Amino acid sequence: MYVAWRDLRFARGRFALIGAVVALITLLVGFLSGLTAGLAAQNVSAVLALPADRLVLHPVGGAAATFADSAIDETTVDAWRAAPGVDRVAPVGITQTRAAGPGASTAVALFGLDAGTSFPGPRRDDEIALSEGAAKNLGAVVGDDVTIAGSSYRVSAIGGDHWYSHTPVATLTASAWAALDRSLGGSGQPTVLAVSGDPAWDAVAADTGTTASPPLASLTALSTFRSEIGSLALMIAMLFGVSALVVGAFFTVWTMQRSADIAVLKALGASSGAVVRDALGQALVVLVAGVGVGIALTAVLGALAGGELPFVLSPLTTLAPAMVMIVLGLLGAAVSLRIVTSSDPLSALGSTR
Amino acid sequence: MILLDDVTLTYPDGDARVTAVDHVTLEGRAGIVTGITGPSGSGKSSLLAIAATLVRPDSGRVIVDGVDATGLDAARRTTLRRERIGIVFQQPQLLPALSAREQLRVMAELGGRARRERRTAVRGRVDELLDAVGLGALADRRPAQLSGGQRQRVAIARALVHEPRVLLVDEPTSALDSARGAEIMALLSRLTRERETATLLVTHDLVHGEALDETVEVVDGRAVVVTSRTR
Repeated sequence: MYVAWRDLRFARGRFALIGAVVALITLLVGFLSGLTAGLAAQNVSAVLALPADRLVLHPVGGAAATFADSAIDETTVDAWRAAPGVDRVAPVGITQTRAAGPGASTAVALFGLDAGTSFPGPRRDDEIALSEGAAKNLGAVVGDDVTIAGSSYRVSAIGGDHWYSHTPVATLTASAWAALDRSLGGSGQPTVLAVSGDPAWDAVAADTGTTASPPLASLTALSTFRSEIGSLALMIAMLFGVSALVVGAFFTVWTMQRSADIAVLKALGASSGAVVRDALGQALVVLVAGVGVGIALTAVLGALAGGELPFVLSPLTTLAPAMVMIVLGLLGAAVSLRIVTSSDPLSALGSTR
Repeated sequence: MILLDDVTLTYPDGDARVTAVDHVTLEGRAGIVTGITGPSGSGKSSLLAIAATLVRPDSGRVIVDGVDATGLDAARRTTLRRERIGIVFQQPQLLPALSAREQLRVMAELGGRARRERRTAVRGRVDELLDAVGLGALADRRPAQLSGGQRQRVAIARALVHEPRVLLVDEPTSALDSARGAEIMALLSRLTRERETATLLVTHDLVHGEALDETVEVVDGRAVVVTSRTR
C-alpha cells in the first residue's frame, strides 16, 4: 500500500471524483433499498405477522393460489384441523374496503380472525381493532365508532404497524368479518388458514387441494408485492451492475495510465503479489470511503424522509447494500489486475532488440 | 560480481530466429564500472536485460553475486533483483506521486509487507544516499519539480539504496547535456568504487569514457573488443 496511499494523495482530485460517483450510486442503492423495504412492509407486514408456521391458500378454478382469489370452505378447514401434527388452525379472512371514522374515511384492509392469537384483534363482533396507520387515517381513538358498509364497530384497541397491499389493517372477529364480507358481495369464507404445528404439509395440502407455504414464501401469492418488489429489485440489481462497471472502468483506465510505473516497479523487484495488493488496496480505500459517504447520506435522507415515505432504515437496507457495493466494486477493479499481472518489467528497459 | 557465461539470446522474427546475443562471456567485478558499448541494435541492451534477469538466455549462465539465476523461476528472479541488483534506466522512470525520498523508500516495500529490519535499514540509508548524490536538500520534491539531471541522480540513489552487489545502468546520459552527463558518469564511477558494486553500464558512445574502468564493445551480438584502463 506504500505507493497506493501516495497515489491517492497525489491524484486526490481524480480519486475524489470516483469516490463521489461511488457515493452517489451507493446513495441511490441505499435509498432504493430503504424504499423497497418500506414498500414491502406496507404491502405484507400484516401477512408476516399472522401467527403461523405455514399459510394455507386454496386456489380457485385451477389457477395459481393468490391471496386475491383464495377462498377456504369449512370442509378444508376441518381437514387441516384434523391432520396429525397440526397444533392450531386460525381461519383468516382478508378483504379491502372503505371505513369511515370520526375524522375521515379511508381504505382499509379488513382482517377477520378470532382473538387468542398474537395478532391484535377484538373479542366481540361489534368491536374493531385498528392498526396505527388505520387509526391515524380515520382519526379514531379507542372508544370511537368506525363504520364499514353501514355497520358500526367500536374501536377496542389500537396497535401494530400492520399493512396489507398498501392499506392499513383493521381487524374484526372471524364471524363479524364473514358477515361483513357477505354484505359486500363476498362468500364470507376465510381467505387463508394460519396453521401451526408440524404435519406432513405437502401431503395434507395435496389431499385438500391447497397450498401451504411459510409466510415469507407465501408473499409471492400477493401479485402486487411480486410486481412491485420485482421491479425495485431489478433496479437495485442494475445499479449494482452499474457500480461494478463504473469502478472497473475507472481502475482499468487508471491502471493503464500507470502501467509504465508498474513495469518499473516490477523491474526493480516488486513481486506481482505486492503490486496486486497495492492496486486492490487502493480500490478498497476508494470504495470504502465512497460507500461510507453514500450510506451516511442515505441514513440522513432516509431519516428525514421516513415520516413522509415508506422508508425502512435498517442494517438490511444500509450495511447489506454497502457490503455488496464494496464486493462488486472490488470485482470490477479486479478486471484491471490483468494489466498489473501482465505488465512486462522488460518494457521498463525500453527496446532490447 | 556478475558473470554472463557464454550466453546466447535469440528471438523470433517471422519463421526464423534472430540472434541478439551470440555466445558472450562478460564479467563485472566489484568496484569496477564495465562499459558495454556498440552501435544501435548491436545487442548491448539485450545483454543488460539478461544481466537484470528480465530475460532468460537461450543458453549460457548468469551468475549474480554467486547465485546462478539461469534456472530460477520468475518469482525467484524477482527476489534476486529486489535484493542484489540495482537498475538505472535510460529515462529516470521515477514514480510521479512520490517525492525523491519516497522513491528510495519504496525499495523497502517491493516485496509487499517489508520486514521491519529491512525497512529500517533502507530508511536509514535514504538521506545518506540523497546527500551522496547531492540532493539532500531536495528530498521532498516530486519528479516534476526536479531537473532531468536531478531525476537521474534520484534514480541512481534508488538503485543503490538496498545495497545491491550489482548495478546495471542503461544509457544514463542519453537525455542529458554534456556537462550533466559528465557529472552523472563521475557520480556512478565514484559510487561504484565507494560501494563496491559490480557495475555494468550500457552506453552508445564513449564521450564520457573516462568514467569506465573496462569497456566491452558489442557488435552483432558478440563481444569483440575488451579494453581496460588503469586509474
